[in-house]
Amino acid sequence: MTATTNDTSTFEAPGLDWRRQIRFSLIGALSCAFIALAGMPIGLDRRSIVYPVLSLGYLSLLWVPFVLATLAGSQVVLEGMGERERDTRDLAAGALVGLGSALGLVGLMILVKNFDLRDPLVNWSPQLLDLLSFNRSTTLGMLIWVVLGTTLGLLGGAMHVVPATIRAKTMTVVLSVLLVSVLETFLTDLLEGFGLEVLTDFIYYKRGGLEILGALLVAVLAIAIPLLVGSRIKGVRARVQKMPPDERSRVNLVLLGVGAALLLILPFFLGKITNELLANVGMFVLLALGLNIVVGLAGILDLGYVAFFAVGGYTTAVLTSPNSPGFSPELPWPIALIIVIVLTGLVGLFIGAPVIRMRGDYLAIVTLGFGEIIRLLFLSDWLSGWFGGAQGITNIPGVDVGIGTVKGTDPRSVFLLVLVFCGIAVYISWRLENSRLGRAWMAIREDEDVAEAMGVNTTNTKLMAFVVGAVLASFSGAIFSAKVGSIFPTSFLMLVSIIILVVVIVGGMGNIAGVIVGALVLIGVLGGPKQPGLLQEFSQFKLLIYGALLIWMMLKRPEGLVPNVRRSRELHQDEFLQDAWLKGEIDTDDEDSP
Amino acid sequence: MNMLQIRDLSVTFGGLHALRSLDFHVEEGEIVSVIGPNGAGKTTFFNMISGMVTPTSGEILFEGESLLNLDPSQVTERGIARTFQNVRLFANMTILENVMVAQHCRTGQKIFGALLQTKAFKSEEIAIREYGEEVLSFFGSRLTGYRLNQPASVLSYANRRRLEIARAMATRPRLLLLDEPVAGMNPRESAELTGLIGRLRSEWGFTIVMIEHDMSVVRDVSDRVVVLDHGETIAQGSYDRVANDPKVVEAYLGRQVKDKNADEETSS
Amino acid sequence: MTTTHDAKPTTRVLWVDRFLTLIRITFIVVISVGLLAFVAQQINPQNPFAQWANPDATGLTAPQFKGLLVTGLAQGAMYGLIALGYSMVYGVLGFINFAHGEVFMVGAMSGMITSNKLADAGLWEDAFLLCLLFIVVTSILISTATAVIMERIAYRPLRGAPRLIPLITSIGVSFFLQNMSVVLLGPGAKSYPALPAWLSQKRSLIGFQIEGTKLVVLLTAAVSMAGLWFLVERTRTGKAMRAVAEDKEIAALMGIDVNRTIVKTFAVGGAMAGVAGILWGILFRSVIHTTGFLPGIKAFSAAVVGGIGNLGGAMAGGLSLGAAEATAPLVLLEPLGVDGVSQLRDAVAFAVLIFVLLVRPSGLFGERLSDDERA
Repeated sequence: MTATTNDTSTFEAPGLDWRRQIRFSLIGALSCAFIALAGMPIGLDRRSIVYPVLSLGYLSLLWVPFVLATLAGSQVVLEGMGERERDTRDLAAGALVGLGSALGLVGLMILVKNFDLRDPLVNWSPQLLDLLSFNRSTTLGMLIWVVLGTTLGLLGGAMHVVPATIRAKTMTVVLSVLLVSVLETFLTDLLEGFGLEVLTDFIYYKRGGLEILGALLVAVLAIAIPLLVGSRIKGVRARVQKMPPDERSRVNLVLLGVGAALLLILPFFLGKITNELLANVGMFVLLALGLNIVVGLAGILDLGYVAFFAVGGYTTAVLTSPNSPGFSPELPWPIALIIVIVLTGLVGLFIGAPVIRMRGDYLAIVTLGFGEIIRLLFLSDWLSGWFGGAQGITNIPGVDVGIGTVKGTDPRSVFLLVLVFCGIAVYISWRLENSRLGRAWMAIREDEDVAEAMGVNTTNTKLMAFVVGAVLASFSGAIFSAKVGSIFPTSFLMLVSIIILVVVIVGGMGNIAGVIVGALVLIGVLGGPKQPGLLQEFSQFKLLIYGALLIWMMLKRPEGLVPNVRRSRELHQDEFLQDAWLKGEIDTDDEDSP
Repeated sequence: MNMLQIRDLSVTFGGLHALRSLDFHVEEGEIVSVIGPNGAGKTTFFNMISGMVTPTSGEILFEGESLLNLDPSQVTERGIARTFQNVRLFANMTILENVMVAQHCRTGQKIFGALLQTKAFKSEEIAIREYGEEVLSFFGSRLTGYRLNQPASVLSYANRRRLEIARAMATRPRLLLLDEPVAGMNPRESAELTGLIGRLRSEWGFTIVMIEHDMSVVRDVSDRVVVLDHGETIAQGSYDRVANDPKVVEAYLGRQVKDKNADEETSS
Repeated sequence: MTTTHDAKPTTRVLWVDRFLTLIRITFIVVISVGLLAFVAQQINPQNPFAQWANPDATGLTAPQFKGLLVTGLAQGAMYGLIALGYSMVYGVLGFINFAHGEVFMVGAMSGMITSNKLADAGLWEDAFLLCLLFIVVTSILISTATAVIMERIAYRPLRGAPRLIPLITSIGVSFFLQNMSVVLLGPGAKSYPALPAWLSQKRSLIGFQIEGTKLVVLLTAAVSMAGLWFLVERTRTGKAMRAVAEDKEIAALMGIDVNRTIVKTFAVGGAMAGVAGILWGILFRSVIHTTGFLPGIKAFSAAVVGGIGNLGGAMAGGLSLGAAEATAPLVLLEPLGVDGVSQLRDAVAFAVLIFVLLVRPSGLFGERLSDDERA
């Protein structure tokens, strides 16, 4: 929250809080040691960010002093309180935090050199020591870390001292270099589709990572492009803003149409890997949109959401596969889909009915239990006559759409199919949110008792949320079945439910755009439960990162990356009200306002 | 026939008698005030009528039909709406949405109407929006205009109370239960609201039962006053009769004077 | 606020209520028919009823049944110990600390590490009881520390946040701890050193053949439970905990340091989970990062079954859940002709939870919660 500083500050500016700096130093030291012991530097070393100076492995440590120093230096500015003048003491504080973080590593290096704890700690190894000492002597390595840490901390502290424009520019440069490097596979693939390999060949090193020259080019572009076109974009936006409402909505509609068209032709310019990746992302978008209705709109924490995905997938498999043990006819996919929708909706009712009156947290555990029960039933010998038990169901045909067949070997077609269904799901979410039902869901989320007293039948309304969520998940299940061509109980672990929940929460609960962004960032970059993302090297760390993200999001940014205005209001009630008061939006006086 | 008829109503919470064999009735078009010291069971009484608490024994008839064992939403559907003592708005929904969602039980568009954007759906949306605005405009310009699309949480305290009444009105009730409608308002505001309560009956045709502590409001607006103490009716009748009833003075007014003194002592 | 939605004689009954009644009846019918079939098959596997339900009915011998029961009770005691942590935290803070199962896993892991170190040093065989005491104490310390740090970092900043927020956070903590174990200690299953032969030997006790390990588990659980009971009912700390569970604000007004009491609650829960972790190690001798997950969920179910907030209930719930889980597949499902019943053990545990919540939502022994937590 930012507030304007009054000239008539009544309180003296608070001094630099050194205890806070020391606390952050300790956090930095512990984080660095933990990251090193978790094996990130070793595991991620193969991937270069900027070849040959920076690998993802080193980056996993280097961000700590910088980010922590920046965080330690930030302070809440209160209305009426003077803001402390930033000066060299901030630099010193940053350097202190950086040094602290580096000392954590130094301490670890000393321990690793002198003791052998490899027995329980798998990464306690000479390789770690070599890597940490930059393949030089340990003493030199320690020295380098102290210098590096202090410098990065200093830079982090400097972020508060330098003017805001410089800070913003630095951030843009750093983030765009990182982004371009992370998106390497995607960009190469995309530009190849347009026949522009020259460009990517120039900036990327053959075996991954940006070349130094490439990184410089990206940096220059990151500064130059906003300078060149920024004002023009602003102008256009201002003009659109001035238009009358119906004309503006027409412009929006055109933009939406253009965007949709672009999305639909995108798959034809992408290669196999990227199409596959985006198809996976799309399936998680579908799942997350469904869960978003249940959790984000209606406020019901369903931890067994994977059950509906599983029911959708298995039903499709049973109905369409010639190998399904219990059902011999092979129905075409579209007909199977209709049955799947009806059936999953019914399962939604069946699971929903007993849990819907329970307390929110009991409901969470019981839905989780249902999710496990359903997986165990699919796995069991008891029902293997229908679902094949642990052997699952194989040989599921693709989707015949007249001009071709959608199946896993042709990721482009899968991506197109997923896109169509994502479109449907977005439409459903959007329309329902602004309807009688959507308003009732929100009212229940806000205050269930009052919603009931205002005439909303909460039982039926919550059940509807369950059913709609279930149906959206079943879309994903049906596509999954056809895409993979075989189906096993191991695809439907509890883990999937949690990952979908992380996607919804990181993206922003109750927000369609947020959910899509969440899926792109998490599933696209880090990867799903079994699907690799752009940073494949992260596969062994992604779950750890998901857990950490979930905690951090709840603590610091519960509204998600792309906040829904409404949701964020709810979560930051006090701050929001304070802001509104400053802007004069709260009627403190009770006279008729203008 | 009485609009609301309550006979021999009792409720106990684990040994505590919140209400004991209470008899109560409201005639159509009446404004009845329920008063009584704190803990007399007034809010429990409202909770019981609106179906949020199930009575231990007794019966509640609304327009000749029993309300027992109905869910709160069904009670609202029958035509009883209420407000809450500690204002409970849907704080993060807009002001307009607050009154729109209250019309839930008066509307019937299902999921497919919204998905297919049928004519019926669109016209219903327009209708509830218009009715919502109409209800809001009853309170002057405070809740309308640019405020319509602001979240309810930005409203001032008094306006929240007004919005709560508007939300209850939007459920299109015949009987309105107001739980301390002027609590926390200044004298000018409560005088204005007193006027509005009168207009709720004359213009909108609501029958009103009101819990109130502010005696001037009770005096100005109510046809009949019912006094509760320890879950029992100790007096009822016109304001003047009740105000002079020695039992009431002892149970209620006497205490309040004492309280006032205590307040003054602590504030000085 | 309590609203009962059962029995609505005068008015339209929601179909949900009808459906719930149907589920309740189905549950009860399945249980009774299963039991009857079991009894029938015990009397004579060849009798027509047993044959009708399951043509391959063989029945259980008494020692088999007793063996199942003891196994179930030993596991149940472990669930009970974990359940105490869930129950206490729920009583005080009103949210499910999803990560509590992971605290248990941390305890089991620390026991694995220390016991292996002791075995390497050659002490494990020689001075087993001392070693056991040592690993229990270390495990208690580490689990307690985990629980306390967890409270400090993840939960304390969220006091007063909307209800679901701390719950989601605890899911994150659970996920984080699990995967922390993967990245620090490696993904594979790790084993405890072999137990001395005199311990794993079967002994007969009041007609039961009990393995020594299970006896140790039951005894340890009983001792821990007694200790906890003493702490909660007889000490100032316990009084403070009960006061905070009842009403935080009033407790604070009475001069109780609420934050410290909450930390203590977490610590005690953590200690119990640490003990349970060692018991797991002794019972199964193998631990992996997901060890905490299912027992955690089951322990929570046990807490609910026994009535959340009710400590005696948590232990009783654990024992009943363990017993049900061990015996129900063979006693109820096998006689009904279900194949591969042992695969459905976990499903049975969850079904017990659902059944109890449907039939008696406040648990078998009644819950002890303050009003706002019940809302």
